[in-house]
Amino acid sequence: MEFSYEVKDSYAEVKADGRLNMVSAPKLREFVTDVIAGGSSRIVVNLENTAFMDSSGLGALIGCLKAARQAGGDLRIAAVQPQVKMVLELTSMDRVLNAYASADEAFGND
Amino acid sequence: MTRFWTRLVVVLTVILGLNYVAWRWAASLNWEAWWIAVPLVVAETYSLIDVMLFGMTVWKLKVRKAAPVPPADATVDVFITTYNEDLDMVMTTALAAQRIRHPHSTWILDDGARPELKALAAKHGLGYVTRSDDWTSNVPRHAKAGNLNNALMVTQGEFLLILDADQIPEPDILEKTLGYFNNRRVALVQTPQYFSNVPADDPLGSQAPLFYGPIQQGKDGWNAAFFCGSNAILRREALMQLGLVGYVKETEKSIRRALTASCSAIRQARKSADVGTPLVSEVLDEVEAATLEAQAQLTAGEPLSEITYRVRRRVDAAVQTLVQADMSTLQADLEEIAAMELAHVGEAGVPVVADDAVRRMAARDWSPLGALESVQAVLDALNVERNDEAQPVMPLATISVTEDMATAMRMHAMGWESVYHHEILAYGLAPEDIATMLTQRLRWAQGTIQVLLRENPLVQKGLKIGQRLMYFATMWTYLSGYAAVIYFAAPIIYLLLGILPVTSLSWDFFIRFIPFMVVNQLLFAVAGRGIPTWRGQQYSLALFPTWIKACSTAAKNVWFGRPLGFAVTPKARQTGGPSWSLIQPQIIVSVLLAAAAVVGIVRLATGLAEPLGTLVNVAWVIFDLVVMSILVRAVLYKGYQPAGDVDDGERKADGV
Repeated sequence: MEFSYEVKDSYAEVKADGRLNMVSAPKLREFVTDVIAGGSSRIVVNLENTAFMDSSGLGALIGCLKAARQAGGDLRIAAVQPQVKMVLELTSMDRVLNAYASADEAFGND
Repeated sequence: MTRFWTRLVVVLTVILGLNYVAWRWAASLNWEAWWIAVPLVVAETYSLIDVMLFGMTVWKLKVRKAAPVPPADATVDVFITTYNEDLDMVMTTALAAQRIRHPHSTWILDDGARPELKALAAKHGLGYVTRSDDWTSNVPRHAKAGNLNNALMVTQGEFLLILDADQIPEPDILEKTLGYFNNRRVALVQTPQYFSNVPADDPLGSQAPLFYGPIQQGKDGWNAAFFCGSNAILRREALMQLGLVGYVKETEKSIRRALTASCSAIRQARKSADVGTPLVSEVLDEVEAATLEAQAQLTAGEPLSEITYRVRRRVDAAVQTLVQADMSTLQADLEEIAAMELAHVGEAGVPVVADDAVRRMAARDWSPLGALESVQAVLDALNVERNDEAQPVMPLATISVTEDMATAMRMHAMGWESVYHHEILAYGLAPEDIATMLTQRLRWAQGTIQVLLRENPLVQKGLKIGQRLMYFATMWTYLSGYAAVIYFAAPIIYLLLGILPVTSLSWDFFIRFIPFMVVNQLLFAVAGRGIPTWRGQQYSLALFPTWIKACSTAAKNVWFGRPLGFAVTPKARQTGGPSWSLIQPQIIVSVLLAAAAVVGIVRLATGLAEPLGTLVNVAWVIFDLVVMSILVRAVLYKGYQPAGDVDDGERKADGV
């Protein structure tokens, strides 16, 4: 699992490459918390290279969403792979988070 | 072969039971004494349903073979939950857990946050977890469920072995159970709870051989083995999934509620006298527009996070604009004042309202909405952060004080499978005094009834019919307190007043009643295969005040939000002396029964009563008294005294 981020015009893009599971989930939470602490509270998690995600990974995303909201911003996800899409549907998390086609579109209308 | 006999006896029980109870309803009711006749036949119907559910349970009794070999790389966290138990006890369990052979991490989950325990854990290289800072005093702690949910966020094992502080595990507990998880649908493996500090005659009815035996094996056959809070292994993925589903459900519910509340809060605010200023009224218009838009988006199925985000932004922007407008007016006034040279101003000539001030004025506590607390509160509730809980995701259910049952039921509803592994792999400590025992039983019963009232298994989506009935069966048994009162009342009424709830104690009655009773007892004997069930039968009747109290307190809790208040039971052992007051209702009932028997015999001797009716009812009284006699032994019980080792007897579980 590899994390990276890049500050764009109106948001910060976080990439989580690899398998986002119970082992890497807490690390994602830590990573995003640091990005928020660095001053970017509008976060897009780009999942184009996240081949696998389990419920712990999704749980970490909710933790990140909460942190972003508390900092006055928001968290969105983009470019989900089929397996991740399935997990989103299985847990009905697609009811909470919209999966955008690309990171650019995520904050397109706000 | 045993299965054949069990099923045969089940079929006979059902046939003879229906035959008897149908006749009771159709042809035997003494309508002149309907006030006892009807309750009695209702109680008997209750008991018939109870035994039929038991029959259904053992119908599919599953005797499992050993589990397959587990993958060597399965990662496991062993959780030892503790709150205020003796440190020696916790450490004995923790060190035994450390010695479990399959690779794992051992964690002490200390809800008491005791520095001494932290030091002991560090000294022995054990993990130590206390509640994170998110568990402020503003959010519910959820007792053991909260403790586990907190720990789930800071650990990473694929599987979790959960142990109460007194449950000393065998080193092979994981080797014998992990293999079941090779089936990727299995989320739970429960092993028995067995207590090592209980004498052979078990005066407090601590061992539950019928439950950790035929009942769990039967439930297992229906893929409905219960999670019992300790000595169980759980799959993290299943728990987290439950947490997510619960999060989405709760969030959607609270947003719906908040949007509805928002409309009425706006209406209320408009009526209030403080809303004279156009500024506030404009803000209210904007909040209303945002609310209506959000409702439309919710109906259209848009994602909850974006709906709430937009409402927030829209309201914030409106407030900002309006405050800015207000400030501009203020600024203009100041300039005017400066122009008139009435105000003392700086070099620049004009006093300036800093941008910062606008921002601060627009922030929550300063904004015009601050004056409209109800509207503000509603807007605060419009979020996806679940601020009313310490963490958004709560994997273990928190709807009941028996989080284990509620959690397992949700897992089953999600399609996960469970296993009951019938082999003692951990040794615990049972309460050693009646007060603690009663508190514990009350708590179990309360939790079970809470689940029944909050998430009735009969109507849970996702559960198969067999699973629904397996959960319902356990809940049904806890309603027995009411039936017991009627069973005590009927013989007293006959012996004192000569009023019989049946039209006659004739051949018709005995030919139906006796075969049913015999086959009923036979069912327990066959299904139990020689395990002692008498103690359990005694307690299920004798603890009727506990069951009634559990039902009434749980109902008040679920329907009216009253606290369960189970902490009130005094600790008898600590105050010294036998605590007869704890069984006062049972003493009163026993005295009434005995007195009624005496009166009944006198009435018989003086020709006021019939011999057959008196005989049947006196026998009934004797049976009741024998059942209740266990409580005398329970009150007088002085704790476990193992032969030649008195010290050990002092270690005892804290009970709940």
